[in-house]
Amino acid sequence: MRHIILPILISLSASFATAFEIEARADFGTQPESETIRILSTADINYFTPVIESFRAFRPDLAIEYTVASSTEVMDAIVREKQPFDIVISSAMDLQTKLANDGLAREHISPTTQNLPDWAVWNDMVYAFTQEPAGFVISNALFDGLPIPQNRQKLITALRQNPDRFKGRVGTYDIRKSGAGYLFATQDARVSDTYWRLTEVMGRLDPTLYCCASEMITDVVNGDLAVAYNVLASYAEKSPHQDKFTIILPSDFSIVMLRTMLIPETSKKPVLAANFLDFVLAQTYPSGVSPLLKTQSLEEAEQSTLYRISMGPGLLVYLDYFKKKNFIAEWENAIVQD
Amino acid sequence: MLLVSAACIAILLFVVVQSVAEQIAQESQDNILAASAISILDSARVVEGEISIDLPYSSLSMLDSVTDERAFYAIRLNDEFLSGYSDLPRITPPSDVTAFQSTTYLDEDIRIASTWRNFSALDGQAYLEISVAQTLTGLNQSIARISRISLAVGFGFFLLSMVIAMVIAQTTIRPLHRLTGSVSRRGPSDLRPLAAPVPTEMAPLVLSLNSLMTRLQKSLSRSEDFIAEAAHRVRTPMAIVRTQAEVTLRRVEKEENRQALREMIRAVDESSRTAGQLLDHAMVSVRTDNLARESIQLDELIVDVANRLHPISELRDLEIVAKKMERTKIQGDPILVQNAIQNVLDNAIKYTDADTEITVQLDHSEGFVHIHVRDEGSGFDATEIDRLLQRFERGRNADRIVGSGLGLTIVDDIMRAHRGHITLTNNSGAGACVTLSFPF
Repeated sequence: MRHIILPILISLSASFATAFEIEARADFGTQPESETIRILSTADINYFTPVIESFRAFRPDLAIEYTVASSTEVMDAIVREKQPFDIVISSAMDLQTKLANDGLAREHISPTTQNLPDWAVWNDMVYAFTQEPAGFVISNALFDGLPIPQNRQKLITALRQNPDRFKGRVGTYDIRKSGAGYLFATQDARVSDTYWRLTEVMGRLDPTLYCCASEMITDVVNGDLAVAYNVLASYAEKSPHQDKFTIILPSDFSIVMLRTMLIPETSKKPVLAANFLDFVLAQTYPSGVSPLLKTQSLEEAEQSTLYRISMGPGLLVYLDYFKKKNFIAEWENAIVQD
Repeated sequence: MLLVSAACIAILLFVVVQSVAEQIAQESQDNILAASAISILDSARVVEGEISIDLPYSSLSMLDSVTDERAFYAIRLNDEFLSGYSDLPRITPPSDVTAFQSTTYLDEDIRIASTWRNFSALDGQAYLEISVAQTLTGLNQSIARISRISLAVGFGFFLLSMVIAMVIAQTTIRPLHRLTGSVSRRGPSDLRPLAAPVPTEMAPLVLSLNSLMTRLQKSLSRSEDFIAEAAHRVRTPMAIVRTQAEVTLRRVEKEENRQALREMIRAVDESSRTAGQLLDHAMVSVRTDNLARESIQLDELIVDVANRLHPISELRDLEIVAKKMERTKIQGDPILVQNAIQNVLDNAIKYTDADTEITVQLDHSEGFVHIHVRDEGSGFDATEIDRLLQRFERGRNADRIVGSGLGLTIVDDIMRAHRGHITLTNNSGAGACVTLSFPF
């Protein structure tokens, strides 16, 4: 890139006049405020930089301000604080759907959006631009001598038969802390009862509960975890230690999360935001030249086992107070066994 | 008229289809909303004295299964908000188990279904209220589609009925036109029944028309018969009376008796002629009403009439001179034309002094054939010429001459029937000239 890119990493929100907690911020290009697209995202800067750079090559006249926050903070920023972001990118499909359902997203229709598959659009407001399957990350060292389990049933069997080997060596999301973990768990439970049996089995093995996928991967690489359950394959593939673990998309079914974008009602530059949205969608569909879509495991997986989470009011069900309370109570019963 | 009523029916059809379909679309949306609300209600349990609700995934996902819809819900217990969208509009509970309402929420038109149930909780009766709402994207889409369909149905119906109406009108009117044409093309004496094919609906019309024709034909021939009969009955006794009177006249020697007989003969002559001419007139009326169109060799006819009148003219020492005439043909009823010429010549013979000439001349000009009959008598009184063609009008010079006052009237009728005319003038020298003009 010949353009000046100034990724300024600001680690904490202290220097910002925002109430919601941000994790990082980067500016791409310097332009007056009116020519800057403000993106609020749950994805790491590194993850999204290639897309922003190719957009800047396409529209050098526009600058991008990229802010990273957790999915709940993203909700806070838009719902409560009405922050004037132009694009909201999130892996929390349920929260994105809720934003749109509650009238906080703008409708956007353009020639580009006409050609999208049905599953990638909801109400002309929420647009999916990645498909990211979740699977097992298996430590090669700790599974030495055992067959690598290809589905949940095999994993259950392996865990049951080797309690000593796996005691304290299984990890999964703490769905009370992680939105993504809760989403995967609810979808898992919706598709099959196997989820509950697996959770019971993991619960007996004194599992470690994580807030984030990256820590799970790190612990697998370190040899502290034999298996991490419900980790996005796209994250695991980015680890430099590919020889230490194997990524398995379970052959019974793999939950596929869609990363989505929307233009919030609070946007002050909806036209520029729409340009950015159309650019990303045009790179994603139909053939998928987007650098974000190059997920090796997704291409290798058996298509019929991929279970795409569908956008819609069904996702709101799991955000219901009672539903969430009941689900978490049940999960706690299964996983937290003293 | 047909088009207006077709359009009215088409619009009515559109409105009816539209409203029925809208109602059905609304009902199916209501059914889904009710099913959703009831499924949430069914998931409610009392656990350890507290209400617990486990929203089924399908309760909200079913709202979005066909079209992308935004969905809202609210769960309230005894007017206390429990979960969902706290500001979702409420429906006041009716007596019904499930109630529906259309309203707006978050600037969107929505449809709400609410349902209620009593629960026995620890602290007495609890009243659980579930409301589920949905945007109208799918409903509006189906209504728009229904509108298009019903519009197409209405318009198609209109086009179809227009075409059918036109075809029916055409097929109904065409035989009528044909019938009218065939009736108006007919000659005046053509009273044959109509044989043109007509649709069954028109058969009674043709039937009554044909029966009219038959009656007309019958009545015409009856009056002709009557005329012939009357002529026979009147003329024959008159002739007998006249003959007897003449015979008697020869026998009677007393001058006063002879005078009386002569007057009697004269009176008989007069009545006989009047009767004859009345019958002629009636006959002419019948024939002109029912005019035949035959080819008549006019010059030959004139010579023929002149020759026939020769005995009478000779009695008065008159000579009828037919000038050399071109061969001329006209279209008409030969009996009537002959009658007209005969009447004119007859008049000329009667009203001209003895020992003079009557000339008959034939020429044509301006599309008319003219027959000029000139005498050397006293001519017409200029003041009476206009009246002479009227029925029973006689000239002032006619007192001593046997006549009925019908002759010229008959001629005038005949000429009119042939689209011709009669002209009365006086010669530049002396005498009268009667011109009969036939269209050529």
